[in-house]
Amino acid sequence: MAAEDGSQSTVDAITGDVTAADRRRNRRVRRLLFGCAAITVLTTVAIFFALLDNAFSFFYEIRLYEFLLGGEFSQRVSVWEFVAGTQWYPNHGIAPAFGILPLLAGTFLIVVLAAFVAIPIGTATAVYLSLYASPRTRAYLKPTLEILAGIPTIVYGFFAISFITPVLLRGLLGPFGIEVGRLNALSAAIAVGIMTIPMVASISEDAMAAVPDGLTHGAYAMGASKYQVAIGIVIPASLSGILAAYILAVSRAIGETMIVALAAGHSPNLTSDPLAEVQTMTAFMVHQVRGTSAVGSVEYQSLFAVGLALFLITLAANLLNDYVKRRYREEYR
Amino acid sequence: MATSEPTVDDLAPTLETNVAADEPPADAGEASEETVLHASDLTVYYGTEQALQPVTAALPEREVTAIIGPSGCGKSTFLRCINRMNDQIDGCRVEGKLRFYGKNIYDNDVDPVALRRKIGMVFQKPNPFPKSIYDNVAYGPRIQGCDDDLDATVESALRRAALWEEVSDRLDESALDLSGGQQQRLCIARAIAPDPGVILMDEPASALDPIATTKIEDLIEELAEEYTVVIVTHNMQQAARISDRTMVFLTGGELVEFDRTAKIFAEPEDQRVEDYITGKFG
Repeated sequence: MAAEDGSQSTVDAITGDVTAADRRRNRRVRRLLFGCAAITVLTTVAIFFALLDNAFSFFYEIRLYEFLLGGEFSQRVSVWEFVAGTQWYPNHGIAPAFGILPLLAGTFLIVVLAAFVAIPIGTATAVYLSLYASPRTRAYLKPTLEILAGIPTIVYGFFAISFITPVLLRGLLGPFGIEVGRLNALSAAIAVGIMTIPMVASISEDAMAAVPDGLTHGAYAMGASKYQVAIGIVIPASLSGILAAYILAVSRAIGETMIVALAAGHSPNLTSDPLAEVQTMTAFMVHQVRGTSAVGSVEYQSLFAVGLALFLITLAANLLNDYVKRRYREEYR
Repeated sequence: MATSEPTVDDLAPTLETNVAADEPPADAGEASEETVLHASDLTVYYGTEQALQPVTAALPEREVTAIIGPSGCGKSTFLRCINRMNDQIDGCRVEGKLRFYGKNIYDNDVDPVALRRKIGMVFQKPNPFPKSIYDNVAYGPRIQGCDDDLDATVESALRRAALWEEVSDRLDESALDLSGGQQQRLCIARAIAPDPGVILMDEPASALDPIATTKIEDLIEELAEEYTVVIVTHNMQQAARISDRTMVFLTGGELVEFDRTAKIFAEPEDQRVEDYITGKFG
């Protein structure tokens, strides 16, 4: 009898009394949370369509929605000229040219040079933090890195103009008779590189910290030095995370605006000379938005075409990041 | 026992036949064999907490010494002292001496990296590197820069670890595709490939099924013909089956008794050891 009572009370306890009101409350909470999460997706989609809509009018004079509603269009700039043209003079009164290649090249030059700064220093910092640093050093270094990550990029821009170009570059290159202009790609790229070091270091370090202790201890117990553990065990085992850090940093460098707008110049040169003035896609957009061109004019609408290109490039970088993470997933379990 | 010790430069075990290895443990009274490891008042602290009471013990060459005791009694702590893996733990402090062929490994001039090349270790959970089977076994010889005739070294290590028959046709495959028991034997092969002399094992069979455990135990007995083996185990039957000598640690990090395994299990000196072995305690 007592046993039966006991089992009945257990059944009662695990059944609980989930009322209809409880279920409704759960549902409301779930929907609210979903709504918040959905905002990010909706915003991304909205931005994409706003860009597409406006960029359409750069090429075809009318907006995409007008076209879809049956509006008449006439071509102003061909897509081919835009993606393959080697000259970019949107504001030229007589013979404007709308080839995005100089802007792409400017962006690419900055990104490559910045990667040469951020990737080695960032990776080395991550290795140091995860394997070599004493807890004390770590406790100082990590917050410092985060401060570096938190500095507004316009400050980096000033740093490039007021220190990197006049002191560092002129100081190093001047003695060799190399002239360094006030605005140049290299100076901006070094600043962009420094700005992305914390990103490379912090994400790589997270990936390295995720390598199981069993692996590193196994290697140490074999008589491996720290360097051998870093090169032979930790880096290969965390490669996907490290590559993801590189791609995110590159993606960040592509979109970086203030530093390049201040320090890289305003001349859309198709060049690979790091000491030349270049204009990146982002810097052009800042320049153009502050200009005098009328909204709806082809030179104004070129903003959106460049913006769309920028959007697609960073989107591609993010997709690549996802792919790398899946393809080179850590092999350990 | 600290008489005819070879110099530290001469750490590799000699291959001349040592009768001790084949001797039934109960017969030999005094340790006439060479002492490989000699702890004197070895004490370990984690921060302010004392994990190991002063331990004094001499471990002879080419024997299996089992370390048993309840959880948290300092078994693994003592084991990790031997190859200085405790160095990896923040706040860990070791006092006293641990002589390896007469040389105190806690002297300032001892390089833990070089020490670990002479003292191999097998962990509780199989931890093969995410590399091929071949590269796992070749890891030690490679980092030590002695990679001439690597193929022969790898084959020999895999044979001694009783794994060669199972993997000889797929050395290039990932070590992670092996079963748990095979992975553990691979880790043993990896540990013995550089010919370390001493092998430490931290509950090497506790994550394995009974059949894989039996294979590991057989292997340990074979390894003792060439190597000095120190093994931590939770399993008293395992200690009784495979070891020549047994150290019993009890809670608080105290080495309570250290003697021939047969003696420990038949007539322990200490009442607490008897209670522990018969299951009344721990």
